[in-house]
Amino acid sequence: MHDMESLEKDIEEIMAAARQYGLDHRDMHFEICPPEVLYSFGAYRMPTRFGHWSFGKAYQRIKTEYDHNLSRMYEMVINTDPCYAFLLQGNTRIQNRLVIAHALAHSDFFKHNAYFARTAPRTVLESMTVAAGRIRNYEQAYGRERVEQFLDAALAVQEHVDYHHSPGTGRRYPAGESASHSKNDVLGFIARFGHGLESWQRDILAVVREESLYFRPQLATKLCNEGWATFWHLKIMHHLELTEEETVDFARMHAQLVQPSRLRVNPYLLGLSIFSDIDRRWGRDTVFEARATCDDPGLLRNYLTEELVRKMDLFVFRRIGYEWRVVEKDWQTVRDTLIQNLFNCGHPYILVETGDFNGRGELYLKHYYEGVELDVHYLEKTLPLVHRLWGRPVHLETVLEEKEMLFSFPGDKVGKRLI
Amino acid sequence: MKQFTVGHEDWSLHRKGLPDQQRHREKVRQAIREHLSDIISEESIIVSEEDRVVKIPVPAIREYRFRFDQGRQKQVGHGGDGLEIGDMVAGGCPPALSGKGAGTEPGSDYYEAEITLDELSELMFEDLHLPNLRDKPRPQLVTESVDFRDVRKRGPAGNLDRRRTIKETFRRNALKGRPGLQKFTPEDLRYRTWNPVRRPESAAVVLAMMDTSGSMGPFEKHVARSFFFWMVRFLKTRYDNVEVVFLAHHTEARETTQDEFFSRGESGGTRCSSVYRLALDIVAERYSPRQYNVYAFHFSDGDNLASDNDLCVALAGQLVGVSNLVGYGEIEGPYYYTSTLRSAFKKIADPRFVTVVLRDKSEVYSALRTFFRAGPADEVGPDA
Repeated sequence: MHDMESLEKDIEEIMAAARQYGLDHRDMHFEICPPEVLYSFGAYRMPTRFGHWSFGKAYQRIKTEYDHNLSRMYEMVINTDPCYAFLLQGNTRIQNRLVIAHALAHSDFFKHNAYFARTAPRTVLESMTVAAGRIRNYEQAYGRERVEQFLDAALAVQEHVDYHHSPGTGRRYPAGESASHSKNDVLGFIARFGHGLESWQRDILAVVREESLYFRPQLATKLCNEGWATFWHLKIMHHLELTEEETVDFARMHAQLVQPSRLRVNPYLLGLSIFSDIDRRWGRDTVFEARATCDDPGLLRNYLTEELVRKMDLFVFRRIGYEWRVVEKDWQTVRDTLIQNLFNCGHPYILVETGDFNGRGELYLKHYYEGVELDVHYLEKTLPLVHRLWGRPVHLETVLEEKEMLFSFPGDKVGKRLI
Repeated sequence: MKQFTVGHEDWSLHRKGLPDQQRHREKVRQAIREHLSDIISEESIIVSEEDRVVKIPVPAIREYRFRFDQGRQKQVGHGGDGLEIGDMVAGGCPPALSGKGAGTEPGSDYYEAEITLDELSELMFEDLHLPNLRDKPRPQLVTESVDFRDVRKRGPAGNLDRRRTIKETFRRNALKGRPGLQKFTPEDLRYRTWNPVRRPESAAVVLAMMDTSGSMGPFEKHVARSFFFWMVRFLKTRYDNVEVVFLAHHTEARETTQDEFFSRGESGGTRCSSVYRLALDIVAERYSPRQYNVYAFHFSDGDNLASDNDLCVALAGQLVGVSNLVGYGEIEGPYYYTSTLRSAFKKIADPRFVTVVLRDKSEVYSALRTFFRAGPADEVGPDA
């Protein structure tokens, strides 16, 4: 256990080191939480948010992983101003020092990365709390089940927002139909033009949309942000004076964090490698520039080199029959595959074609196909949820086996046909 | 200036996520309920000890959205030990690298849920009951429930009766001449309290009759045992005093203990009439239909000695006459017989005689539901 007094001293020391290196974090609030509380923040991604069973599911997963010792959450940092960092109660002193250094770098990233420019970190906690209260009231007024079913549907399309439009403008749309409306803001389009939505339902859609916009930059910069924080906790920890035992403990923790996996790219490892490489080749100024201007695809496009791909032994694999096999090792293919998988935060691009298909107010969505097909089972389960929001028949155009297909849900069952 | 603060709140009252965890658990329970027939005949459950926690496969509660077909998506991994093109990365399905970070999407659609046998029984038996149960002079069967019908000044906070408490506040204020809802005082508080209610029910005996002859293979035995395992559990969970008598038979029938019944296998030919005769004798000696509701369930593969069938039908008919319900479960194994016993039993046309056929172990649950659901429409008891 780490006592309060030495914790405060450590924070001061680490902050001084961070400043010396040129990190510019927001004012910090560190809060020490027991595991259950930290995990619930992890599940909701924020300390206060509306309720939904999917967060309970996420909590269950985090807790199980902890119980089975699969992974352990030591901290959580959120994009607020002042920046909140939640430390796991029971962390050792060395664990805390590592996560404090890590948290300061996240805070610096939130403050300086361009993609976070419009995330309203000063007011987000309050607006989420207020929204959660409103949704609770809707549960009272319209019934828990109705609200839950509506949220199920709203969350099914939460990724399809246009994050080039800043949050806060969410509730105002131009008066005309789609002409001036952003095509990839599916959620906003439904909120604005959906048939028969009651005002509480429109409000829920607006809440989901704004929160999605708030989280979007974090999803778009996971590799950058974790790489950045890992790069700096390594520098800062080397700067501190550690006993031999502490050095060993620190090395073990760090090694766990950057452990490579054959089945997925470890963002801590890949991000750290890229930032270290930039530092070595172009110097510290370029490192800071990359953290200010890049999202994940940008970082990979600009800074993932042939040498790095070879050094980390990255490869492309896919399923062949019932096995997963290596299919490519060419560095440019590796890079392009990584970028493609992170494109649009890993979600398919879905655009609104029209809200008046067939001249009957039907919603026509189009999947912008880039070579990877949609999961048809999920698609057939999601369309009825979109219908629940839109209130009239819904359609989705996509490509299956190189043929253009139209999936439709008129209200009873999903049909599909060639176009 | 200090650029930070440190907080160490008392988080013990922070229970924010509980309703959502609860709701998720409810959904999981619902999924379990929908898959009960697959779950309950798992060997691991049948052999488990009384109050053990069992692990059962539960379909994950999915959050549907538009997503890529992960089987077709190319992915990137770290090698480290020089994998070459064509080398195998893994046999299973790796979780996709999604923008939401590692592990957000479940890697597989099933996960193991832990549940106690009691909880599982509760889900299974919610709407089951002994059919045709009638009043008998010897009240032995007792079900217990609780009834909230008293109000007290002290009690656990969860049982606070808000309406009565508010009434008390109004009354006290009105007596003081300042009517209205202000200033709750401790003496206003009212709590609901409960009394256990014991409802005496009629006595009942259940005869569990199982074919243990040589033709009962491992599959048939497993199905029969699964049925009786859950039947005994159901009776114990629901009824305080129901008696269960275990009868095993091949060419001869004998009464066994519960442990023997579940553990031993025998061999030899099959003469089903033996077990029906033994059942009739036991009812006549120990469980007069005047005093007992009698139930009998017989499980067999139906491979009976042909010459025994007529006698068997006659005795089974007599047993129906003294019983509230007789159930016959025939397990159709991998070797299909043109069944003898089941077709012979077609001669018994009494609503109190119910037959089921089980072809798969998942049908154990439907057999339970057939036998322990509402019985035949006309609520006839045995001729007593």
